[in-house]
Amino acid sequence: MNINLTLIGQAISFAIFVWFCMKFVWPPIIAALEERTKKIADGLEAANRASRDLELAQEEANKTLRDSKEQAAEIIEQANKRANQMIDEAKEQVIADGKRLREAAQAEIEQDVMRAKEALRAQVSVLAYAGAEKILGATIDEKAHSEIVEQLAKEL
Amino acid sequence: MASENPSASEYIKHHLQNLTFGQHPDGSWGIAESSKEAADMGFWAIHLDTMGFSIGLGILFLWLFRIAAKKATAETPSGLLNFVEMMVEFVDKSVKESFHGKSKVIAPLALTIFVWIFLMNLMDLIPVDFVPRIAHDVFGLNYFKIVPTTDLNATLGMSLSVFALIIFYSISIKGFGGFIKELTLQPFNTPIMIPFNFVLEMVGLLAKPVSLALRLFGNLYAGELIFILIAILPWAAQWALSVPWAIFHILVITLQAFIFMMLTIVYLSMAHEEH
Repeated sequence: MNINLTLIGQAISFAIFVWFCMKFVWPPIIAALEERTKKIADGLEAANRASRDLELAQEEANKTLRDSKEQAAEIIEQANKRANQMIDEAKEQVIADGKRLREAAQAEIEQDVMRAKEALRAQVSVLAYAGAEKILGATIDEKAHSEIVEQLAKEL
Repeated sequence: MASENPSASEYIKHHLQNLTFGQHPDGSWGIAESSKEAADMGFWAIHLDTMGFSIGLGILFLWLFRIAAKKATAETPSGLLNFVEMMVEFVDKSVKESFHGKSKVIAPLALTIFVWIFLMNLMDLIPVDFVPRIAHDVFGLNYFKIVPTTDLNATLGMSLSVFALIIFYSISIKGFGGFIKELTLQPFNTPIMIPFNFVLEMVGLLAKPVSLALRLFGNLYAGELIFILIAILPWAAQWALSVPWAIFHILVITLQAFIFMMLTIVYLSMAHEEH
């Protein structure tokens, strides 16, 4: 067991191996490991974020759905109300129209009656004149008695 | 094999001898043919088997991890990349738990230490006679020790490098004055106690690389020795003992690699901390 040059040779080769390891082996592997660690951490974070986003989106979707349902219900209610209103309006319209038509018809009838009465009255006065002429045998001064006759006719 | 029928002690000694290349006392260069020749070569000799296997395993480690590093993306990993990322994450976590300073060197250093030492220790699980037999029969090499961490040179080489880093960081973080202060004014902060403090702290400082190297070396050397001892026994006993010991040894080699790595991190974080 002698100490000899091997010791120095061993020390030199040791130094060379350490240098090589430090230069060409350690950095790429450690860099890859760190990068992978970072990548995994990023991936996990992204997954977390995605699940949070999903939750939010679901909530949003639910809210929208609820809102739309409410809106739709409101619209239907309004439409119903509107329809009822329209029916009511139409009914009122019809009633009013009917009333107006009836009134118009009545007015016309009354007018006709009046006209007939006038005509009748005129004829009555003529008849009365003729009758009176015949009865009295004399001519009645038309002008003098027309007042009386007219009054009479008005009483008809 | 040195002789056809070696005795037990020859066999053990034979297995504990590295393949040494250096200058013989007579001035010629060559491979040592015996332990004595290897010892006579002195400091300027080199263990070819230790160097060859440690560099080969280091290159294997870097080659595998480099392939993975090139493929590394933030996408789903697969196959080799999975394994490499597991190792890197394990080391990165260990470093972050005990080292709080900022340094680009420490994590790759820890990874290199862990994987490289593990691979070198793993050679212990190859049957003791397997590679030496091939080395002898095919290449004609007399000695061949395939576990670099059972060679004190290898473990000391690494621990002294770590020690150099400890000194470097101590001085660069605390300044030279701060480092000297740490060595002399602890644990008793009075001028009278400076020599005592200095001795105490120096022992503590020097014990770090020595204990680091000896712990790894001792564990693996002992493990190797037991494999060799088992290999001397009759073949039936070899089976009965070698398998449990190998299984137990899987734990030891992983643990020793881990301990070397953790202690390196701890020592360097201590060097980074100001008192």
